[in-house]
Amino acid sequence: MASIKELEVLEEIETGKKYSRTSLYKDAWKRLKKNKLAMLGLSIVILLILIAIFAPLISPYNPISRIKEDSSLGPGMNHLFGTDLLGRDIFSRVIYGSRISIEVGVIAVGISVIIGLFFGALSGYFGGISDAVIMRVADIFFAFPYILGAIAIMTILGPGIVNIFIAIGILGWASIARIFRSSILTIKNKEYIEAARAMGASNNRIIIKHIFPNSFAPIIVYATMNVGIAIIVEAALSFLGIGVQPPTPAWGKMLADSMAYIDTAPWMMFFPGLAILITVLGFVLLGDGLRDAFDPKLR
Amino acid sequence: MENNILLEVKNLKKYFNLRSGFLSQRFAGSVKAVDDISFFIRRGETFGLVGETGCGKTTVARVILRLVPQTGGEAIYNKVNIFKLTSREMLKIRREIQVIFQDPYASLSPRMTVGDIINEPFEIHKIGDKRKRIKKVKELLRVVGLNPEHIHRYPHEFSSGQRQRVGVARALALTPKLLLCDEPVSALDVSVQAQILNLLTDLQKEFNLTYLFIAHDLSVVKHVSDRIGVMYLGKLFEVANSEDLYKKPLHPYTMGLLSAIPIPDPELERKRRRIVLEGDVPSPINPPSGCSFHQRCPNAQDICSKEEPELKNYSKNENEHLAACFFAGKPI
Amino acid sequence: MAETENNKILEVKNLRTYFYTDDGVVKAVDGVSFDLKKGETLGIVGETGCGKSVTALSILRLIPEPMGKIVEGEIIFDGKDLLKLGQKELQNFRGNRISMIFQDPMTSLNPVYTVGNQVMESLVVHRKLSKEEARRGSLKLLEMVGIPEPKRRFASYPHEFSGGMRQRVMIAMAIANSPSVLIADEPTTALDVTIQAQILELMDELKSKTNSSIIIITHDLGVVAKYANRVMVMYAGKPIEFSNVDNIFYKPMHPYTIGLMKSITRLDEKNRKKLKPIEGLPPSLIDLPKGCIFRIRCKYAINQCKKEYPPLVEIEKDHRVSCYRAKEFMDGILERFGN
Repeated sequence: MASIKELEVLEEIETGKKYSRTSLYKDAWKRLKKNKLAMLGLSIVILLILIAIFAPLISPYNPISRIKEDSSLGPGMNHLFGTDLLGRDIFSRVIYGSRISIEVGVIAVGISVIIGLFFGALSGYFGGISDAVIMRVADIFFAFPYILGAIAIMTILGPGIVNIFIAIGILGWASIARIFRSSILTIKNKEYIEAARAMGASNNRIIIKHIFPNSFAPIIVYATMNVGIAIIVEAALSFLGIGVQPPTPAWGKMLADSMAYIDTAPWMMFFPGLAILITVLGFVLLGDGLRDAFDPKLR
Repeated sequence: MENNILLEVKNLKKYFNLRSGFLSQRFAGSVKAVDDISFFIRRGETFGLVGETGCGKTTVARVILRLVPQTGGEAIYNKVNIFKLTSREMLKIRREIQVIFQDPYASLSPRMTVGDIINEPFEIHKIGDKRKRIKKVKELLRVVGLNPEHIHRYPHEFSSGQRQRVGVARALALTPKLLLCDEPVSALDVSVQAQILNLLTDLQKEFNLTYLFIAHDLSVVKHVSDRIGVMYLGKLFEVANSEDLYKKPLHPYTMGLLSAIPIPDPELERKRRRIVLEGDVPSPINPPSGCSFHQRCPNAQDICSKEEPELKNYSKNENEHLAACFFAGKPI
Repeated sequence: MAETENNKILEVKNLRTYFYTDDGVVKAVDGVSFDLKKGETLGIVGETGCGKSVTALSILRLIPEPMGKIVEGEIIFDGKDLLKLGQKELQNFRGNRISMIFQDPMTSLNPVYTVGNQVMESLVVHRKLSKEEARRGSLKLLEMVGIPEPKRRFASYPHEFSGGMRQRVMIAMAIANSPSVLIADEPTTALDVTIQAQILELMDELKSKTNSSIIIITHDLGVVAKYANRVMVMYAGKPIEFSNVDNIFYKPMHPYTIGLMKSITRLDEKNRKKLKPIEGLPPSLIDLPKGCIFRIRCKYAINQCKKEYPPLVEIEKDHRVSCYRAKEFMDGILERFGN
């Protein structure tokens, strides 16, 4: 049988690229790099994270300190984005606001992914009654308007950033659970799962070692898109005054505060609004690109 | 019964219940995927199970492996009934009974390197330490004719034939005694198919393996098997050693099946008489009464639609040539 | 000579079909030439990826664009080069004078129309029959291909049919306009053995009834031995041997054909006879080796094979081989079926 090995080596030399050593993720990355919109999305996301981390270094002013004489200034050299009614630097507030948005996006979606994966696994892998019950509950969550649900939960829990995590986390689980369930259902009957079972692998092992890594791609895609949605919901909640509490700078709250002055001081609203738009766009573009990158056939 | 029997399947039944409904699961009939079949496999031999789509041959393997629960019957491996074992006892038996699947694309997890794939049995059964395992994995790769240095590659970097070799290596990891090969070559091209068939034959000699070889291609099954069972709609129609089955088939279905397979020899094909079996395989949900083959059988008489023929021995020697037909041996 | 020329119904000359992928240009069909005679069955054999199906699709210009493209060649049918026709003219040939049967009868019928409607469609498109005429015509076709109770089955949907029955319907649609050429791309691969026999017999029967020609594309050498008159063997996008069926099976001259013959399991052989497979794998179609495409796996390879691709030349009458050592096989200097 040695000859086969020799042949193979020979073949590699002769044909060069026949065996590229790539995993799915490297492959996906290769495709993602070619997708211009996705790369734009990725750049936005990375930039945003950097801004959030280095906010104190970037922002020229303390975002909550009021400079009375500078109140309601338009964009200019001293205040790039102008100042608000209380004389706070809008540029600095937008910079700091990214922290809230990123936090909410990542933590809240993290919570919903954890809940979603747990129930998705339960319902997809074991099926039966637990599947029926979990999926009916998920249907109820789907039927309920997202924002309305968030408002309801926030009203019960009361305002505050931790409660936003909880509210958005709870609301987002259903879509993750559904996606995870359906990918489990397709993977569950694959022969490699049967092979593992025939070898004597336990259920936990099969879920963690086989099903999980194979169904991770769609989860990443949806989680990325959900981050965008979570940021919008947070903004909406803050806008309504039941989200992040002042004086912490949050984009939604900034919008709400400036709404009355849209005619006289449009910049107060423009810059936080633009920040929300760009951020959400970044995550959605990235998520979209990831979906194409993981499965080029799924377009 | 003989002493050198490794696996004996007795009156094995597997019915799949069809259910419908939302929360309450109503019973909506059943499919008799495997319906009361019995056969045995001697140590060191290859027993072929052949039949068309939906005849239940794959289900037989899955039931023996306890991947699906049996509806009835016994599978006696080395004098113990597999179906009666606790899951801990079964874990031990699993080391000795391994399986090779049909689809080299679906049978390997795309997110694991071949090293991880072949290593998995060692992990599950907690055998050896890391260094020993790596050594063993490399050795297995060499045994199945792959380059041991490819241990870190992913399945999609291999051709289908190479992947099937990985599947074989995984099955061999725990030094099994019985290998269930479920259509191991039907997804492969002719030249690769021959490579894998040769590999399986070599390994059988080297490791003294016993094979249950399941396939739809009778010429492949005949090539590797000592004895062959022919299945149709969940039943065994004929069991014989492979030469007898080819030279003097007793069941009309076997005769039709043999005749349907063209031999790659134009001269011979011009002379050969072709029997074309009419009609389709009936639905397993609602199989015909009596002999399930009677609607397609050129020899069918009244009795065939009323009574079901038993699998009986037609040879001088015990268990040598069995057939389930009232008119066994009558030419068509 | 003039007569043999007239005898040719289809001629493919130097066909090249490439696919442009992210990884590079896949030369799926690279210089295929063959002719099809009236009333004959031509077998195109080869393993996965050898280009046999792409050849068939190219004849009907069904290559998915813009990824795939026929970059060169001529397909002469009825004195016309099909590759030069406009889409409209082409429609007159497709499904009419040349028709095709695909491998998978499960997906090649539209699930939302009745079987009868789909057969009628193929009649209406090309012949402008009235509805009643088309109906009668399609009932006759369904009967011809052996659908039991055609009147009742006419209104059935594809999912109510078994795989074999669906393939019969596909055949009915393909022969609806009595085509001169019927291309069958692995027509029985998805079917069970006994059904496969039914379909192949049906095709053979219809061929002699309608005096059409068949191109059957398959990987099954048994099917070729039984039904083909002439055979073209393909490897990595190129034809490597082309002759009548007896030559291919008894006097193959290309090491790949010889290797194939030694790889197949035969029903009439003693069991456990050691097979002699071709070692290694076919090359990647993106990075074809220089010289002969088969040389890496070929134990007869000589220095010359590394330099230039051996052209397909006529070694003996009606026996074309693309191998520098073909003559040595013919003269018995090299042993075919020995080691």
